[in-house]
Amino acid sequence: MTKVVHYINQFFAGIGGEDAAGSSPVRVEGAVGPGRRLQQLLGDELEIVATVHCGDDYASGSSDAIEEILALIRQDDPDLLIAGPSFTSGRYGLACARVAAAATQDGITSLAAMHEENPGVDEAGGAPVVRSGVAAREMGPSLETLAAAAAIVASGEPLTNEQGRLGRPRRQVVRADRSAAARAVDLALARLGGDLEATEVPLPRFEQVTPAAPVDDVGQAVVALVTEGALVPEGNPGRLESARATRWLRYSLDGVEILAPDQYGSVHGGFSTVWANEDPHRIVPLDIARELEAEGAIGRLHGEYLVTAGNGTSVANARRFGIEWAADLRRSEVRAAILTST
Amino acid sequence: MERAGIATALLCNLVSIAERVGAPRIVATRGIPYPTGDPSLGPAQERAWRRKLVERALEAVATPVSSPTIFEVNGGKDNA
Repeated sequence: MTKVVHYINQFFAGIGGEDAAGSSPVRVEGAVGPGRRLQQLLGDELEIVATVHCGDDYASGSSDAIEEILALIRQDDPDLLIAGPSFTSGRYGLACARVAAAATQDGITSLAAMHEENPGVDEAGGAPVVRSGVAAREMGPSLETLAAAAAIVASGEPLTNEQGRLGRPRRQVVRADRSAAARAVDLALARLGGDLEATEVPLPRFEQVTPAAPVDDVGQAVVALVTEGALVPEGNPGRLESARATRWLRYSLDGVEILAPDQYGSVHGGFSTVWANEDPHRIVPLDIARELEAEGAIGRLHGEYLVTAGNGTSVANARRFGIEWAADLRRSEVRAAILTST
Repeated sequence: MERAGIATALLCNLVSIAERVGAPRIVATRGIPYPTGDPSLGPAQERAWRRKLVERALEAVATPVSSPTIFEVNGGKDNA
């Protein structure tokens, strides 16, 4: 019998949504929420003896949180830790990855599940990450992939990309069937044949961004406020999506000195908007920007702010928003932007 | 935005992610739901904290960088 501890977030544990995202880690006996279906798929060989759950803000916001979660996991002395699936949820994915990485470091075999665009994929350290769907509506197939992967990992076998593993498999010493010279020539020929992806050593996915030149004199420059925190005028007149946004909006700041709580609010679906709605300046710092403009520290504040919801947004859409924002701002002779991210 | 020539200060809490995606100018904030605030402070102190963050953002866009650079605010970073 393989003893399994399952890590999930507050939402899937049934504790609450974003109102409970700050909840601290808790251990409960047996399988909870998606863990029940996972247990059915795992069969008799692997048993979920306990579930540890934690709020997403709490788990992703501090390094101490991961230690607390790990301490609860250790109580059962498990043979295997399973974290997720966390789909495209950024904070949940980070938490799953970091918990799996910490448990692996601690000698506990671990496995996390999330979508390939989840930022957690690259944070799992030595733990394998298996593919899941985009959102919870794909829970069924995601759990099937996860259960199959769990059985493989528990048996001590390496998980392959074909079995749903994301990212680079851990390096192992194996005997190649052909010499390095022959394989190198093959890869060179593949490259000459137009295959630019073929490699035995995939590089890490660090984006290379050539930074913009600095602004010479901010006191003379036009500066824009932009955000992915989904702060919109009351009533959300532009119908900004709260998750998986496909567009962005602009709102005028002409004559606007402050963002009053009864006139602006966040429609972001990926964090608790209680604090943003109490004081919208927690998302878009217009009050301070106006103050610095009056003092001459900012030449002029751009006449509108740009906004989208960064919540499970596809990388392709996010990239497009950035390109469109930059083009839009350049047309207005904006030299610098303050981008708030939640 | 940086690629297109707009110097952009990214104010966020998940700094490691910002670094990984290559954001050149990063200002570390205190919490995910309130990048330019801190509800644990009184109104005057919170406003002072926000002012520090925005001032740091303005310093960031005026600073030459070649790779992801974190601009800390004094007493600002208590999170991973």
